[in-house]
Amino acid sequence: MIELLKGTNIDFMGKRRYAFIVTGILSVLGIIAIVQIALGNANLGVDFAGGTAVQIKFAQSVSLHDVRKALEEGGLKDFDLQDLPTENKILIRVKKQEEKLGGFSEKIIQVLSNKFSDKKPVVDSTTEIGPKVGSKLRKDALWAVLMAIVGLLIYVGWRFQLRFGVGATIATFHDVLAVVGIFYVLDKEMNLIVLSALLAIAGYSLTDTVVVFDRIRENMKRMLKEPIEAVINKSINEVLSRTIITSFTTFLAALALFLFGGEVIHDFALAMLIGLVIGTYSSIFVASPVVVLLGKKR
Amino acid sequence: MKKGVFWRVILITLTVVIAAIFFLPNTPLFQGMPDWWKKTMPNKGMVLGLDLQGGLHLVFEVEGDKAVEIATERIASSLPGILERKKIQASVKKDGLLVVVTPANMDIRKVIEDTYPVLTLAEGSGVLKYKLSAEEVQRIKDAATDQVLEIIRNRIDQFGVSEPVIHRQSENEIVVQLPGVKDPKRAVEIIGKTALLEFKLADDESPLAAELPASIMPGEETQLFERFRNRIPEGDEILFQKVINKETGVVTKRPVLLKKETLLTGDLLTEARVNIDERFNEPYVSIRFNPAGAKIFEDITGQNVKKRLAIILDGNVYSTPVIQERISGGDAQITGSFTMDEAKDLAIVLRAGALPAPVKILQNVTVGPSLGRDSIEAGKMAGIVAIILVVVFMIFYYRLSGVIADFALVLNIILLLGAMASLNATLTMPGIAGIILAIGMAVDSNVLMFERMREEIRTGKTPRAAVESGYKKAFWTIFDSHVTTLITAAVLFQFGTGPIKGFAVTLSLGVAINLFTALIGTKTVFDVIQTKKEVKRLSI
Repeated sequence: MIELLKGTNIDFMGKRRYAFIVTGILSVLGIIAIVQIALGNANLGVDFAGGTAVQIKFAQSVSLHDVRKALEEGGLKDFDLQDLPTENKILIRVKKQEEKLGGFSEKIIQVLSNKFSDKKPVVDSTTEIGPKVGSKLRKDALWAVLMAIVGLLIYVGWRFQLRFGVGATIATFHDVLAVVGIFYVLDKEMNLIVLSALLAIAGYSLTDTVVVFDRIRENMKRMLKEPIEAVINKSINEVLSRTIITSFTTFLAALALFLFGGEVIHDFALAMLIGLVIGTYSSIFVASPVVVLLGKKR
Repeated sequence: MKKGVFWRVILITLTVVIAAIFFLPNTPLFQGMPDWWKKTMPNKGMVLGLDLQGGLHLVFEVEGDKAVEIATERIASSLPGILERKKIQASVKKDGLLVVVTPANMDIRKVIEDTYPVLTLAEGSGVLKYKLSAEEVQRIKDAATDQVLEIIRNRIDQFGVSEPVIHRQSENEIVVQLPGVKDPKRAVEIIGKTALLEFKLADDESPLAAELPASIMPGEETQLFERFRNRIPEGDEILFQKVINKETGVVTKRPVLLKKETLLTGDLLTEARVNIDERFNEPYVSIRFNPAGAKIFEDITGQNVKKRLAIILDGNVYSTPVIQERISGGDAQITGSFTMDEAKDLAIVLRAGALPAPVKILQNVTVGPSLGRDSIEAGKMAGIVAIILVVVFMIFYYRLSGVIADFALVLNIILLLGAMASLNATLTMPGIAGIILAIGMAVDSNVLMFERMREEIRTGKTPRAAVESGYKKAFWTIFDSHVTTLITAAVLFQFGTGPIKGFAVTLSLGVAINLFTALIGTKTVFDVIQTKKEVKRLSI
């Protein structure tokens, strides 16, 4: 029998103060990120911010500098460039709104097709999002995250006790905040695909939390004389290896996606990887301490 | 054999066979199947989303306010005639969305309100100001969206796209999805063009007509308009004709002074075809009116010989031929330095009819076919690597039981693909990501059960008892953790657009199937092993 962790006896609840510092930093980071998103200072994808994105594939490598020069000579302003050097691809984004969609992408394609005709540019994709759609998607996204969290609160509150529901919800909220915060620090783009990763993380991070809570509930019935901290400590130690292994197998799948899944899904996979680590952390160091904080009775 | 084990083996085998039959059309093997199979068995499978096969996703907004304005305009222009026939003297003007009538008296009110019950009085002292009632405005906007939808569908049919998806998304929004379109720009132009064809007379008698410059550069239109604004005669307007110099290719605009009144529109067309002008080898569009249109056209041409008749499409003058004689039969030509594609597209939009209100593009996502192909390849690669990593890890960590978990994993993937194929679900790139994550999550249930079994073994239970109680005790944990994922998948499905919906579908199907494979699949394998002989040691 190979065992990752054998008969551990770590005082998780005793370390909760340190954990609260980590949790606090991650949450504050996430709150700053969300405020920045709301103020429009964060790196929002065109689907949320509105605007135009054009991705072009060249037969040979092109330098970002040349592309920038060509576009500026073509009269384009306020654009971001990003390259995927391994595949000779350039992503051009214009976040400025235009009254009639289509002008920017047409111009970008025209300028680059003329300037780099020797490198056989092919248009991979163009995305044009009007301001109305952008703001609707932003609003929908916010609702989706809230609805998911409320749904989870209700389910866990019903299956366990309310304080467990609150603990699980806070942990889930923490995970989403932390991933948003880390994405903000890394200056990664927030877009619809990353948002769906966030919701997947919210659902999946609860898997770990439920495993821990299940054991706490079971042990509470058996260890009637012990203080609740001891019950929780014992429970976490008992299920520690399975909490880590279940996350680890999913982590392996997400890693494969991150390394080989291609550029479309790259940031999604990154969010999943970060979220899986944080989700495991939070089920031990966020969800359970909150349960303790909310009352010592059984 | 333990009761029920036999039936469970049958059930599992059957579901695998059914899943394989549904998924077959998505594999190259399907081509090799006999004809009767292709006809009678499932033959559609999963559908590739626009992000994987390339194509165009458009969201249009129908500018219903314009349709309301047009309706108001129509009333304002026919009201003077109606009042005249009743021998009532009055002046009628259109002011934005209002019809303004002076003087204000009861006779006039009665006539107007009897003729147009859809009008409501907005102001009645001094002048009469009418506007369309709220219900009528709603009806017009609604009808406009319906008509636009119908006309767009017509145009796309004629343009020739296989399996387009066209539907109404909200009160005034229309979604158009065109998979595999080669020339997205052209498709957008065909769909989005209002295509309002109008015939108006040039006002060459006004002194202003001679003073207008012969041509200006594109972009100078407003400047020219400002310069002559105060001198444009009442009832006239200036529109522009695009002129391309054939030798240099330089584009200029020629201003044309026109009578505002529209004499004839494209509604009365029955036919529009592309022809080639023999002399210049240049395509043009020939149109034919129905009998009512032909009669009007005959009258116009008969009454205005030697005058210029302007042919106008969406506010741009295409040509201004001089009327040589009365034209009967209802045939006319639209020329204007078209390329062959432009002429073809113009014929399409004229045949399908003008949009009752202009449309605005809210969203346009175009994916080229090469990106889609790359994504599929990358997705396959990531999937294979994920399976290898997870399978190897499980065998390394749980030994023989790991092999059983891997069996459940393979079962899970087969059933997930089969389920998606049976629903003809749309596979998108986030959907592929969902399948790959499902590979990682598929073994989770087994991990939870195996860890439980290990605990039971430590307490000294026999392998058989350990398996039994491991399953029983882990069940609710597994169930709860699956439901939480299902809740978020449901939210994603509710909220998401195309690609995200694809993710929600694979995620929720993956989770549901996982319950089946983990609780019935692996359990059956354990039972089968243990029916043969009493297992002394559990390899876990």
